Amino acid sequence: MATTVSALGGAVRRREDPALIQGKGLFTDDYTPHGTAYVAFVRSPFAHATINSIDTSAAEAADGVVAVYTHDDVAHLGDLIAQVVVAKARPLLAGSKVKHVGEAVAMIIAETSQQARDAADLVDVDYEPHTPIIDLRDAAADKQLVHDDLDTNLVVTWEAGPWGDAEGIAATKQVIADAKARDDTVTVSIDAVNQRLIPVPIEPRSVVAAWDAGYSRFRVHSSTQVPHALMGAVKTTFGLDANQVHVTAPEVGGGFGVKLNIYNDEILACFATQQLGRPIKWTETRREATGSSIHGRGWVATATVVGTKDGEILGYELDAIADMGAYEQNFTAAIPFLGLFVGSGQYKFPTHWKATCVFTNTMTTDAYRGAGRPEAAYYLERVIDAYAREIGVDPVDVRKKNFLDKFDEAVVSPIGFALDTGDYSTNLDKLVAVSNYEGLKAERDAARAEGRHVGIGISTYCEVCGFAPTALSELGFSWATYGLPAGFYGTGLVRVNPDASVTVVTGTGPSGQGHETTWAQLVSDRLGIPVERIRVIHGDTEESPMGIGTFGSRSAAVDGTATYDAADRVAAKAKSIAAHLMEASAEDIELDSEGGHVVGSPDSNVSWNDIAAAAYLPHRLGESELEGGLESHVIFDPPNATWPFGAHLAMVEVDAETGDVELLRYITVDDCGNVINPMIVAGQVHGGVTQGIGQAMFEDAIYDSDGNMLTGSLLDYPIPTATDLPMFELNHTTTPTNINSLGVKGIGEAGTIGSAQTIVNAVVDALEPLGVKHVDMPLRPKRVWAAIQEARG
Amino acid sequence: MEVSMTVNGREVKSDVEPRMLLVHFLRENLRLTGTHVGCETGYCGACTVHVDGKAVKSCTMLAVQANGSTIMTIEGLASNGQLHPVQEGFWERHGLQCGFCTPGMIMASVALLESNDNPSEDEIRHGIEGNLCRCTGYHNIVRAVEYAGAKMRGEEPPPPDWEGGD
Repeated sequence: MATTVSALGGAVRRREDPALIQGKGLFTDDYTPHGTAYVAFVRSPFAHATINSIDTSAAEAADGVVAVYTHDDVAHLGDLIAQVVVAKARPLLAGSKVKHVGEAVAMIIAETSQQARDAADLVDVDYEPHTPIIDLRDAAADKQLVHDDLDTNLVVTWEAGPWGDAEGIAATKQVIADAKARDDTVTVSIDAVNQRLIPVPIEPRSVVAAWDAGYSRFRVHSSTQVPHALMGAVKTTFGLDANQVHVTAPEVGGGFGVKLNIYNDEILACFATQQLGRPIKWTETRREATGSSIHGRGWVATATVVGTKDGEILGYELDAIADMGAYEQNFTAAIPFLGLFVGSGQYKFPTHWKATCVFTNTMTTDAYRGAGRPEAAYYLERVIDAYAREIGVDPVDVRKKNFLDKFDEAVVSPIGFALDTGDYSTNLDKLVAVSNYEGLKAERDAARAEGRHVGIGISTYCEVCGFAPTALSELGFSWATYGLPAGFYGTGLVRVNPDASVTVVTGTGPSGQGHETTWAQLVSDRLGIPVERIRVIHGDTEESPMGIGTFGSRSAAVDGTATYDAADRVAAKAKSIAAHLMEASAEDIELDSEGGHVVGSPDSNVSWNDIAAAAYLPHRLGESELEGGLESHVIFDPPNATWPFGAHLAMVEVDAETGDVELLRYITVDDCGNVINPMIVAGQVHGGVTQGIGQAMFEDAIYDSDGNMLTGSLLDYPIPTATDLPMFELNHTTTPTNINSLGVKGIGEAGTIGSAQTIVNAVVDALEPLGVKHVDMPLRPKRVWAAIQEARG
Repeated sequence: MEVSMTVNGREVKSDVEPRMLLVHFLRENLRLTGTHVGCETGYCGACTVHVDGKAVKSCTMLAVQANGSTIMTIEGLASNGQLHPVQEGFWERHGLQCGFCTPGMIMASVALLESNDNPSEDEIRHGIEGNLCRCTGYHNIVRAVEYAGAKMRGEEPPPPDWEGGD
């Protein structure tokens, strides 16, 4: 067997891969317990309608149908529980009204999934349609209400400048107004859409639930990023204890935020299995995935910069409206708040930032990769570019002039949060160097001289991840609403087994991030035991006493740190046991792949097998004070979030005759602190950047004015394909965080947060000679062509 | 309707509904769950298998249309415990993250290399264009196919391009 003792920083091949490359990985839909019955949902074709009646008789009589449930059957369970609900939770099944196309109205259970779908077509629902409200600005103006039992569509307004300081906000607004009034300043605004997106993991969501009546226990497999939150939602809904609900997330085929939610289908599958006494499976169709699982983004905003004519920015304002959809789910209204955290980015200028969150008759929005931070970075970095263009100063120089100075102890950003560590100028300097920025500009100018439309776009970013200090539980960073009053700490359990293999249990819920490999590296680094003998268990509510899940680029910084620290404690105990067995001093023991040995005495060795055996045969520990067992469980409560940053550059060429955009180069310099596995970090950047490119160039979740979902399939909702992209050119700087022992910050979302505006800035740069100053995403040919025509007059 | 076919070298016979898709036949009747359903519209390619040596999206074909065919799925690709070079390439070059598109992506890549044993980057990208991946940005999938191509030609694969790579 290969033995890989990893130092941190090694590109260790993934432990996850052998199963997955041979078709032996088990995803939720691959589980079919004996006696499984299948679910199909009847969904609303109207965005806003009263349900006058539902006739289920034909469906109940159809072949293979086991049961049909409607609102009245499940009303006693209450609404769908969600962590942050300000104004309106989702009903499990629609009651007297439907509020968006795709809302679940009835649930069919049948012997086969095909029979369930066939029967769903036989349910006769008498709808009385009403006018829906889809347009965000109209919704914010309350031109029509989504919920007639509420007197407004407004959910919440997040405002800062800095956060939590009303006097400060007023003062900042005054500073900005004064700057605008000066006649030696320039004020530049953009009105831009940060369009609604569909996350599109390739694995559709799926749940298999089984009620063990004899033991009063649910067993649930779900394609989820948050198994413990699901466990909490089930236990709370059904009035059980946490130890009566066992949730596992097996292989999860991509998440990106859409699986960071508790869904009505998961709760309803539990309801049905309890009613029917047989396992219940539901797997969404792609159409359900695009219309009835959460969406992301969906903002319109005006961003304004005021500054001097030589590039000193005196103030920044963002006035945004964010689309919540029709109901709130897990974090819905809190997503724009995550954008607020980085509202002033990596800059030092006064910032007044406001996001107004409103209901519309559409599917709920929630976390999609980046979750609030891509929107915040988009507006900030777009308007800074527009300002740079207006005053004729290079966008690199404008950014550097306004960055916060390098810091290695916390500094408070203008928006009011303590950043951990930062060195933004060094990072951007590296991008300028590795991209040969001056050379690229010369290339662009030469192309322009030939009449071609080549452009260069830059964006820097500072984001926030590694959530979170448990003190933030008061702000909603908790699973308290699910009956689990636990803040977003990290948990790691490391156990050396009696045969000196190692079992690690962690609270994460990965969906491709490689935790089985990275966590094994962390433990191997401390113990010396090869990664091949370390098994990492995640996504299991019975194995891990608590777990927060995988989202917000938090896993390595929080649960990884807990695991690393737990391994450190196990190493200390292993050294004590080895010292006892060799009658040496623990301070003199070193651990490696073989076991413990006394430093400087090559003949004084004790094997891992002997260390482990002594731990589980405690009589061998004799008169020592050591207790049996060789494990540690660490809870890590981070003192701060982490604040990664970076700089991206894109080079594009636009065909002015067709509006087609070709992405020629994409160069990144990300700084996520220390790197555990550079191969996995590179993969995260590739994927993150691609999703930002997808937003910039292709993706757009469109509802028409009647609330019909026009992009319900992957034909209408094009995500990037292999031919849309270049090879990526990745680089990094390393500014470790000082808030965890690993020095890691997080990299899962950074690529997405840095990229969409990089592309748009490049396209605007390419079209500058034609007079184009702004194009909204996605930059599909028709829209780019129209912008060119408009600029040409 | 009765169908018979050879799947991963094994003769199989089964009675299927005429409307049953090949992908459902493989997954549900044969329990070969390595072939995945991602979109049901022939777009994502997660269900790609080989039918008589050609890469086919098995959600676009009825089981009865495959009657008499020779099928290979991801489960049949490794032989005698030896990974196919494309499987090895995906492992060595981090060509997968969540792994859901991977079986289809690997089957498409194998078909590509069988028709062109030394594809350029552009040819690789066009060869896998019908298979969607949401995790990798395709960068390391291209590298994985380059690795496999080199192996199949008996050449040393190019080194990995992540920083700190070996």
